[in-house]
Amino acid sequence: MQFLSIKNNQPVPVSSIPELKYPEFFTLNTGLVAEKPERHCVSYYGYPVQDQIILICCIADDSEQMIHISSCTVKLSDQLPSFTTKLFCFEKFEREIHENFGLKYTDHPWLKPVRYAFDRFDSTRNISNYPFYSIDSEELHEVGVGPIHAGVIEPGHFRFICNGEQILHLEIQLGYQHRGIEKLFLKKKELSQLSTLAENIAGDTVVGHTTAFAQIWESLCRYETSREIDFSRTVALELERIAIHTGDLSALCTDIAYQLGSSVFGRLRTPIVNFMQEWCGNRLSKGLIRPGQVRFPFTPALVDRLNQVLNSFEPDFLEMNKQLFMLPSALSRFERTGVVSFEDALSIGAVGMAARTSGVHRDIRSSHPHSLYPELRHAVNVKRHGDVYSRVQIRKNEVIQSIGYLRKLIADLPEASELSELSVPGENLFTLTLVEGWRGEICHTAITGPKGELIHYKIKDPSFHNWLALALSVRNNEISDFPVCNKSFNLSYAGHDL
Amino acid sequence: MLSLLLIFMAALFFTGIIVRTKSLASGRKGPGILQPIWDVFRLFRKGAVYSETTSFIFQLAPTVYFSSVLMAMLVVPFGRSHGILSFNGDFIFFAYVLALGKFFSIIAALDTGSSFEGMGASRESLYSMFAEPAFFILMGSLALLSGHTSFQEIFSSLHIGSQISYAMAALATFVLLMISMIEGSRMPIDDPKTHLELTMIHEVMILDNSGFDLGLILTAGYLKFAIYGALIVNLFIGVIPFQYAIPSFFAIQFLMAVAIGLIESFMARFRMSHNPQFIVVLTSVSLLIFFGVLLILQKFI
Repeated sequence: MQFLSIKNNQPVPVSSIPELKYPEFFTLNTGLVAEKPERHCVSYYGYPVQDQIILICCIADDSEQMIHISSCTVKLSDQLPSFTTKLFCFEKFEREIHENFGLKYTDHPWLKPVRYAFDRFDSTRNISNYPFYSIDSEELHEVGVGPIHAGVIEPGHFRFICNGEQILHLEIQLGYQHRGIEKLFLKKKELSQLSTLAENIAGDTVVGHTTAFAQIWESLCRYETSREIDFSRTVALELERIAIHTGDLSALCTDIAYQLGSSVFGRLRTPIVNFMQEWCGNRLSKGLIRPGQVRFPFTPALVDRLNQVLNSFEPDFLEMNKQLFMLPSALSRFERTGVVSFEDALSIGAVGMAARTSGVHRDIRSSHPHSLYPELRHAVNVKRHGDVYSRVQIRKNEVIQSIGYLRKLIADLPEASELSELSVPGENLFTLTLVEGWRGEICHTAITGPKGELIHYKIKDPSFHNWLALALSVRNNEISDFPVCNKSFNLSYAGHDL
Repeated sequence: MLSLLLIFMAALFFTGIIVRTKSLASGRKGPGILQPIWDVFRLFRKGAVYSETTSFIFQLAPTVYFSSVLMAMLVVPFGRSHGILSFNGDFIFFAYVLALGKFFSIIAALDTGSSFEGMGASRESLYSMFAEPAFFILMGSLALLSGHTSFQEIFSSLHIGSQISYAMAALATFVLLMISMIEGSRMPIDDPKTHLELTMIHEVMILDNSGFDLGLILTAGYLKFAIYGALIVNLFIGVIPFQYAIPSFFAIQFLMAVAIGLIESFMARFRMSHNPQFIVVLTSVSLLIFFGVLLILQKFI
């Protein structure tokens, strides 16, 4: 067996991961993904052991509901051919490995730093002499936007090459939010500190990332979660999805200057986040999810409240959508704007909502279900056109679907039970968790050392793949449509920069 | 003289009414009607900050822009009472003195060397270029109809009697209203509320202006609206006595502001590439007016 197949959240001894020579590792992983839309790379990273780097590649297979893990040990001096030349979806992962360890790829087309303004292993290459993509022409002009923006958004630099109003190319420069979160995971020893860290990976995906961390920790401790724990996480994930999707619909309306949609959707988001406040004392659900704990039990009183909230939310939400989808001026801004084709989405390994709008069936809730998702039998929402309109529609459809799930879930409130004690993480384990946050697939992986301490923690936010989708989507669009394209993806800077 | 006073008074409330309408339409209380004016006063008390890359043009432009609007205001009549200046062909003076102000604001935007402002400048000049024929065909047709070439004479001799001239007045109102939306950078051409530099037109050109200069530009913007409002009013009041004309001036200005507020609340702005198309439509509407005039004058079968 060249690879090890595990289920979502299944802990395995590190030694059980087959170790291959680089050429076989290369053929295996590129072979697994090539021309298989149901497979994609969920995480590919390295970690240092003495003076060597161990590369671990995790390929998820959605139809078999398994994740195929393989590894390879390389030396820093090795000259390696890159996966990227065969498949673009490995591009960012290899850039990250190169940035972190200075590993040399002989034929990687674009070894641009991911999170730093310089090459960490070659001080002569930095952002001031970085060759941004450019075209030498009198007729084209460059527009640089950011990292400081007019609105209150996170920092990121966007460099457009335009022919008049038309965008020919967009290069995105990120990393301004790099906080060294993965390193902090190894430095902090208290579980409470680690949970707080996980909550702060991306401010808009608190539930998603904290659930991923809690699952990793429980899996390392071989802890069986009770139904009550699973219940609260599933409810929180769906509530987060509703809140953010509704907020995004509001922001999309703001960007096309449709005031009615902007204010109505903005108002509708509030009762949902206020419900989170009632439940756990924080509108962003910080402090709600902890490994092996139910800190805020979902009481029958909360069931009544949530029913009330949903009953008043749903009719207004549907009516506003009806208005929006019937408004010609809004549709003319959404339709055929920012198209990502099925082929592009597949080749860059797009995940989550962005992939689903281009016809790629990728949803962890149905392909690698966790918590109570196996019971919900999630039907994946898929659109085919890959334009802003599809991303608006999919948000609407997912909110409606989530409301249905919440109603189903709270109709069968689990009994509060005595929770078993959380033990300490096992020794020399590898584990991987996949969670479908509102933006898409969140992947956390962890490796423990001989004393059960974390020796490597890897986080992959869906934004990591999807920023490239944004860059592709705006090609040949008008530059004034960039904001609405950007908002339709609403990718995370913090989640990418870590 | 009367028109000058009325325009100043209308300008005090105009933008405030638009903002208030939009607030009420979205279920908010909204700021007071005079808030835009207080904002301008606040700006007038401040000094301006200039970027080191700009030249004297950037410092000069806001003043030129503001004075061009003031000068344009001088030729606007009110019914039978003419503006402070009135001469043959003053509507041409009106259009080109405004264009002079716009020219300065465009070169000032280019002066900053910012790629956004260059983009804004190119959009603004493109749209003004498209809007120009609409204005001239409209005014030219009215001049042809009345046989006069100054604002005051044209408006005071307009006979709105036959059905076809009612249709013409309605079309002319539409053209002037839309030109004022283009010039005032309101929806559906431009979104004055947006924070997105890439989609702005007028706002992006004044990103580098601050304090006193910004105050001048904003005031000029408010005045421009009231000026176009006054032109629309002139289409209707003709020779009716002042005791009816003055209330109808304010009523029409109020309706215009509310209409703009409602348009901005209940529709999305155009895609940038649809803007030129839309503006060229104004020219064709003006052409309709022109053919209407030819019909009335029986120079056209």
